[in-house]
Order: sequence, then C-alpha cells, then structure tokens
Amino acid sequence: MLNIPIKDYFRETRLFNSRLSIAAVGVLILTLILLVRLVYLQIVSYRHYATLSQTNRIKPIPIPPVRGLILDRNGVVLAQNFPVYTLEIVPEQVDDMDALLEELGEIVRLNKADLTNFRKQLRKRPRFENLTLRTHLTEEEAARVAIKRPFLNGVELQARLQRHYPLGNVGVHAVGYVGRINEQEMERIDKSAYRGTRHIGKLGVEASYEKLLLGRVGFEKVETNAYGRALRVIERIAPIAGKNLYLNIDARLQVLAERELGKRRGAVVAMEPATGAIVAFVSTPTYDPNPFVNGIDANSYRALLEDPDKPLINRALNGQYAPGSTIKAFLGLAALETDGFDAGKQIFCPGWFSLPGSRHRFRDWKKGGHGAVDLHDAVVQSCDVYFYQLAVTLGIDVIKNFLAPFGFGSKTGVDLIGESVGILPSPEWRASRGQPWYPGDTVVTGIGQGPILVTPLQLVYAMSTLANRGVGIKPRLLRAYEDAKTKDSRTMVPETNNEIPMDDKRNLETMIHHLESVVHTKKGTGYGIGYNAPYRIAGKTGTSQVKSIGQTEVYDEKKTPERLRDHALFISFAPVDNPKIAVAVIVENGGHGSSTAAPIARKVMDYVILGEAAVDGKRKQAKRKVETAPETREAPNPNGEAETAATSDEQMVVNSDDTDENL
Amino acid sequence: MLLERLHLDKTLFLALLVLAGLSVVILYSASAKDMTATSGHFLRLLIGFGAMILIAQVPPEHLERWSPYVFGAGLLLLLAVSVFGVVSKGAQRWLDLGIVKFQPSEIMKLGVPMMLAWFLARASLPPRLLNIAIAIVIVLVPVFLIVKQPDLGTALLVLFSGVFVLFLSGIRWRIILATLVLLGASAPILWNFLYEYQRTRILTLFNPEADPLGTGYHTIQSMIAIGSGGLYGKGWLNSSQAYLEYLPESATDFIFAVFAEEFGLIGILLVVALYVFIVFRGMMIAFYAQDAYTRLLAGGLSLIFFLHFFVNIGMVTGILPIVGVPLPMMSYGGSSMVMLMAAFGILMSIHTHRKIVEH
Repeated sequence: MLNIPIKDYFRETRLFNSRLSIAAVGVLILTLILLVRLVYLQIVSYRHYATLSQTNRIKPIPIPPVRGLILDRNGVVLAQNFPVYTLEIVPEQVDDMDALLEELGEIVRLNKADLTNFRKQLRKRPRFENLTLRTHLTEEEAARVAIKRPFLNGVELQARLQRHYPLGNVGVHAVGYVGRINEQEMERIDKSAYRGTRHIGKLGVEASYEKLLLGRVGFEKVETNAYGRALRVIERIAPIAGKNLYLNIDARLQVLAERELGKRRGAVVAMEPATGAIVAFVSTPTYDPNPFVNGIDANSYRALLEDPDKPLINRALNGQYAPGSTIKAFLGLAALETDGFDAGKQIFCPGWFSLPGSRHRFRDWKKGGHGAVDLHDAVVQSCDVYFYQLAVTLGIDVIKNFLAPFGFGSKTGVDLIGESVGILPSPEWRASRGQPWYPGDTVVTGIGQGPILVTPLQLVYAMSTLANRGVGIKPRLLRAYEDAKTKDSRTMVPETNNEIPMDDKRNLETMIHHLESVVHTKKGTGYGIGYNAPYRIAGKTGTSQVKSIGQTEVYDEKKTPERLRDHALFISFAPVDNPKIAVAVIVENGGHGSSTAAPIARKVMDYVILGEAAVDGKRKQAKRKVETAPETREAPNPNGEAETAATSDEQMVVNSDDTDENL
Repeated sequence: MLLERLHLDKTLFLALLVLAGLSVVILYSASAKDMTATSGHFLRLLIGFGAMILIAQVPPEHLERWSPYVFGAGLLLLLAVSVFGVVSKGAQRWLDLGIVKFQPSEIMKLGVPMMLAWFLARASLPPRLLNIAIAIVIVLVPVFLIVKQPDLGTALLVLFSGVFVLFLSGIRWRIILATLVLLGASAPILWNFLYEYQRTRILTLFNPEADPLGTGYHTIQSMIAIGSGGLYGKGWLNSSQAYLEYLPESATDFIFAVFAEEFGLIGILLVVALYVFIVFRGMMIAFYAQDAYTRLLAGGLSLIFFLHFFVNIGMVTGILPIVGVPLPMMSYGGSSMVMLMAAFGILMSIHTHRKIVEH
C-alpha cells in the first residue's frame, strides 16, 4: 500500500522532452505533407481544377436559331415559323397544385393523359423547372390563359416556333417539309449544330438547302448551382437565324398548274431556259406537309401510302415515263446531224413498219398511215413509221450518244435531293442485265417506247437546251437567299452544264422550225393550242403507251381501264425566237398529248409570257388564294406572343379556304 | 497586466484571437452570407473564450484531482447517449438537454487525456507494463462506445488523445513497435468491424472518381474548390463552389476548402502557420510545465489540437478519408469548439500557475 515509487524528476523530464521533440518533428513532417498536397492542388493542378470549377458553374444552354423562311420569287411565303403555345407550370411557385389544375381545367382542355403525364413529371423533375402541362393550345385557349395568368402563380405560357406551310399542299414536292430528327439523321448530322433544334429538312428544298435554312445555334451561358437551377446569365451568344430562301417558283403559277392537272396524276415542270430557273414544279396529287412536321399519325400516313394515286411520289423528280413521241424532237435533230441524211427525202407511211425479214408489224398511231412524209412532216404529224425507219437507219449507238448530252439517262443537277436518272438504253445497258438487245428495241426507241425512260425534269431540261440553241443550263429552284437580319442577299448565278456538240448549228434552227410547225400549222399535232397563240411556240406532243397492245388488238381508249390508258405528254418552249419558258407536261393515263397535256402547257406559257391577266377567268381563283396568303417576310419573334398571334390567325383562314375554293 | 492577472498566456491568447476573427470572416462567406449562422458562430466563440478564461483560473492541482470525475462523467454521458441519444444523420451522437444538443464524445477528448495523465503521473515514468495495460483499457472503453454510435472520426481522435499521452509518458520503443506490428496484423479483422459506409469512405480515398456523384462527390468538389483557388484565390465571398452549393458542408467540415478557394495558397500558408504556431505554443507550455501530470496533459492536448487540424485538412484535400472531423475554431459547430477552448483554458492554467518562474 505504501509502495509509492520514487520519482526520478530529471530522468522523467529528459524522457518527456525527448518525446516532445519527436512529436514536434512529427508535427512538422505532417504539416509539410499537407503543404505539399496543397501546392500540388493549387499550383500544379490549378488549370485542371479551375476548368472543373468553371464547368461546374457555367452551363451553356443552347438557343436554337430561327429557321429561314422559304418564299417564292415574288415573296409569297411558302414555309414559315409559327408560334405554338405550350402551357407550363413551375411547381415551386404554386401554393396549391390541385386547386390550380382544377382552375386550369376550366379554361383549357386537359385530358387524363395530360394530367397523368404532368403528375409523373412532378414527381421526377426539380421543383424549380418548367413542367409541360399541355402542348398545342388553341389560340382561344392561349388567350384565356394569357388573361388569367396574372392571377395564376407559377403558370407560364410558352410560345415555341414550329414550321408551318401556309399554302398547305401547294408546291409540296418542291418545298418539301421538315420533321423530327430521326435516329439515322442523328448519326449523320453535326450534333452541336442541332443543339436545341428538333427538326430537320426531310424533303424538297427544306432538305437540299438544310445548311442555309438551319442557321447557327446560339448559347446562353448560365451560372447554375449544384441542383441545376439557373442563377444568372453570364454571356449570351445570339443565334444566327437561317437564311431566307427565295425560290424561282412562282406560287401563283404553281397553283395554276396544280389546278390544271386537277385530280389527275401528273407533273408539270416549267423552266426559264436562259437561267435554269424552275418557275413551276408540280406533281399531282399533292398532299399537306403540315402534319409531317411533328410526326404524322399512323392512320393518316397509311392512307397516304395506300392511296392508289400515290401522292407521296414526286413525279416531277422521280416519275420515270416513256417519253413517247416527244423523243422525236431530239431524234430528228440527231438525223440532221448525221452525214448523208436527206431531210427532204420522203418516206411512204402505210400505217405500219416491219423490219426486213420479219413479219412483226410496228404500228403507226394513225391507222391509215401518213402517206409520203419527209422529216418536217414526220415531226409535225408525229409519224411513227418515219421514226421507226430513222431509228433503224441511225442505229441505237448513235441515238444514245446523241441523246446523252441532252441530259437523258443522267441527272440534270437540279438542287433537289434524290433526282432519278431514267434509262437511256443501249445494247451494253441490256447486256449488263444479262439480256440481249433485239433489233425491235431500236425500232421502238424511235418513238420513245421500249426500255427508254425519262423524268419530267429531264424532258424540260432537254427542251430548254434546245431553246438555248444547244446550251444546257442547270435547273435551279433557288433564286436567291438573304440574311434574315441584315437583308444582305446573294442571287444564284446560272450554271452551264454543257453545250451540245453540233456539226452544224443551223440544224438546231431547222429542228426548232419543225417543232414550231407542230404547234402552228394545221396538220400539226399541237395546233389545238397554237392556232390562237399570240406568240410562237415550239413544241412536241407525245403519247406513251402503258399497256402493250397485241398484234391483232385495237387500242380503244374508252374501253381501256383508266390506269392502263396512255400517258399524255407535251414539251414546248416559247417564244421561239427569244425563249422565256420551257414546259414539260405529263398527264398519267391522260390519253393524247395534244388534247390533254398541251393545253396545260399553253396556260403555263401564257402566264409567263402574257402575264396573269391573259389566263382566263377560271384562274382568278388561283390568284386570289395566293393573295390571301400572308406576305410576312419577317420571322415571327418567339418571345413576342401577342404579335405573332395575329399572323397565325390569318394562316388559319388561308388553310380553311383551301378546300372551299377548290374547283 | 490584465491578461496575466486573468491567468491567460498572452501569446496563445492573441493567436487564438486572430484565428477566431478569421473564422468569423470565413464562416460569413462559407455560409453564403448567412447572418444567423455567422452570429451563431460568433456567440459560440464568445462562450468558448468564456470557458477558456474560466478554466484558466482553476489551478492545475484542482484539475488533476478532478480528472477521474471528468472521465467518469464523460463515460456516463456516453452510455446515456447510447440509450437516450438523438439520432441525426444516421448516427446516435447527440444528447438533447432541452436547450442545447451536444456530443458527449467531445468531452472525452478532454476526459481521456486528463484521466491518463492523472493515472500515469501517479507512478514513476516511464510506466510499467501493467499500468500501460490499464491505460489502454481506460482509452478503449470510451473509444468503443463512440465507435458504436457510430462516429469513427471522433473515436479515432479520442483514441489518439490517449495514444499521445502514452507516447509522451515515455513508454519504451519496443512496446510501441510491438503494438504497431500487432495492429498491422489485425487490420483485416478491424476492417470487418467497420460499417459499410466507413469502408467505402476509406476505399473512396484511393479513387474518388470511381463514384463521382456518390461517395467521391465530397472529395472531388472539395479538391475542385481548393485547386481552383490557385495561388491568390478568387477573393473573399467569391467561392463559387460554396455559393453554387457544389461543395457540401461548406460551413462545417469543408470550410477549409472555401478558405482555400477564396484566399489561395498564400492565404493557406498564413493559416497553416497560425495553426502550427498555436500547436508549438502549446508544446512550449508542456515543455515548461513543472510536473508529470501537467506536462502529459499539455503535450497531449496540443497534439490532439494538431491532429484535428491535420485530419480535417487531410480529408478536405483528399489524402485522408472523409471522417467528419471539423477544423478547430473555423468550422461551424458547438460542442467541438467549446471543448477545444476548454483545452486551451487548461493549457493557460498550466502555464500561468507555475510556482517557479524560469529565467
């Protein structure tokens, strides 16, 4: 119990002091470790962490650019941006959500799906975010919400721009449409350029000039906190709106041509030969592109797909037809260019043609035959027998080599995506498909039948080349484009594709003279449109066979089912001496080119050469319709809800007119 | 002079005053200009300084006599916590006294070194094996209770407060080495005693990017704050990491990161120097102390103050696991601050109640 140890004071002190010194050294070493670490973080890795801190703070929020407008040559709006109202709610600003939803339900239509979807968002999304309650409010609903909004905390009315085609189905095959970016496009596009943009040009000019129309995305650099709430805008890089495109298309002429085709299937392409400007680009039936913008519903789409008239097919660009007798305009020229060909030499047409040693009869369209005809007569009367003989005389290789520079069998280079090339047949082409070329193939090529196929665009291009006396100008839909803000504009310059190699340029004039006779002489197949024309037209009719007629059969249009009737074609340009316009018209199953297709071409030419007033009274409707379209060239301001509401109102009226005034 | 009459060490007192002033300035920024938090912190500093001054008046002999009672009271409170404690953030650490909630485990940061110094000073130093064994039991009982709360950080600090006193008492190197070897060997077993979250915290240390939004988030955001401060810092009130709420616990455990972001390496060097200065002043007091109890206690308390500082900055800079140790004086928080100031009061008492004035 009394075993109290004797303390050695000095020994204890020495021992303690040594331990204290060791501890002091330990303190210094550990402090040094901390300092090394701090130097590493703040000096060595400064840049790394400074960047991380910045990216933590600053979030770039994309501001999608306003897509450029598409207008016709006179400034009629073909595609524009239209505000669509979305009703949004910021939950943190709402005191009583149930009461608010009930109140909103009284002024806008809210169905069950809207509400369940909203409740779902409400659970998942941060409370300071805007949640969508309903999209696509009607004008009336938007107005009602706008009036009540001062009394509804947390309710926001957002106007988002949506592509809208005010003329509906007019020119859809030229203008095209935009739609939601799909997965394949997602892989193809530069994603950074499309941040904030949900639509992309799918067809027509919308697709081929996507780059010009898109514009450049802008950014708002926003300081955000750890929960993503935007605290303040640090920097704003304004988006650059897409270019406004002015097309060569004349919307009034487009409407006129579409009306002329009416319910029939067909195509009309009109082009200024000197500039390549396409002033009308028609394929019927047309369809309304507006439902495609936000995804067309499956039933409507199926209806379009299964429509026997195939409205979705772009006949002007992709419709491939046998050129029929229209090819004679070019074969005749080929003959004139051939050494030793005597244009004045007459051939007797008995109404049929046979190859030597064959009993097969190639028939003429005129049962009794044309009698003795030279090249001029054969072109004017469209004598088949003459051209059967001519084709055999020239041979398929000469034909092919002569037709190719006119653009047959190749792309015209029009500024649209997906142009078809048709078929310019030759024995090599046949051989590549593993089949032989028969002499009969050459014979029928003489009248534009058999394997040869052309598109309406190719026909008008070939005719323009003829009008230009052998110079092929690239067809173009785009006339000019302008900067939406500065209004700086650039006009497209005509581009020469090629020049037809001619031994004697006078042959062109000879052929053009023959074509003029087709329209302006009594025997001409196109006299029906020429006898009263105040200007000179060069043209060629064509009738292309859909159903092959047996050797003993007789073709009777009235007895043939409509879909098997002949296609009617007409190609022309005018005035002959100073061509202003070239036209190609195809009316599917329309019967004769002279009676069905040529009058349409005449009206198109009248419009261009004589002016709108010269086209008869029926056309006034077309004029009216286009005039009611808003000529708003300014892109609607996405924030100015009140301003844009007015324009959209007008568009609604135009749309409903569509059906009323038709026919 | 007033400070001497109040039994306050002038050097230590002024250093603490500077640190306290700095802490108010930083907390104002780190709490996003929250005046309630800032004035709360200021009030705690006042209470802390009051406690320090009060304890400085008590002669060390009294403290020595009270040591077992402080320890015993702490132990009772720890037991009370495990029964009546308030659960907060998943751990049962707090005792609700109606007016204030406090963590009894904090008391043990004083209670354990006092008890050990008292116990070891009774016999001749270095302590004999049996006494060492008893000392270890004295340390491990509260440590065990704190680990169970669970509060690994405080448990380790309490453990080390005991270890420091034992080390300073001069136990033989053989024993120290043997213990270290034993610990190393049993590490895998201890690993199994850890909670899952404690294990992941330790593992996260080696690779914070493995789970940047989960366990690694604190460390990454803290390192971003410190690193982006650079040499000169972003300036007072410009800690974007804290203001934009990327840095969690910016006013408490991670306040150093805010300081580093705003004042850069230059500011940090000054603050680190201040802390090390305070530690060394405490060790000086231990050096000048006149008997075994005061020496061991002064040395132990100085080292535990340093350990707080080291562990906090180590975890904020990503070299130690996130164990929830506040930065002494700076972090917003109650019991820890009062305990630390009480410890400084003890140091001052030890220094100003010496019987022989040395020359």
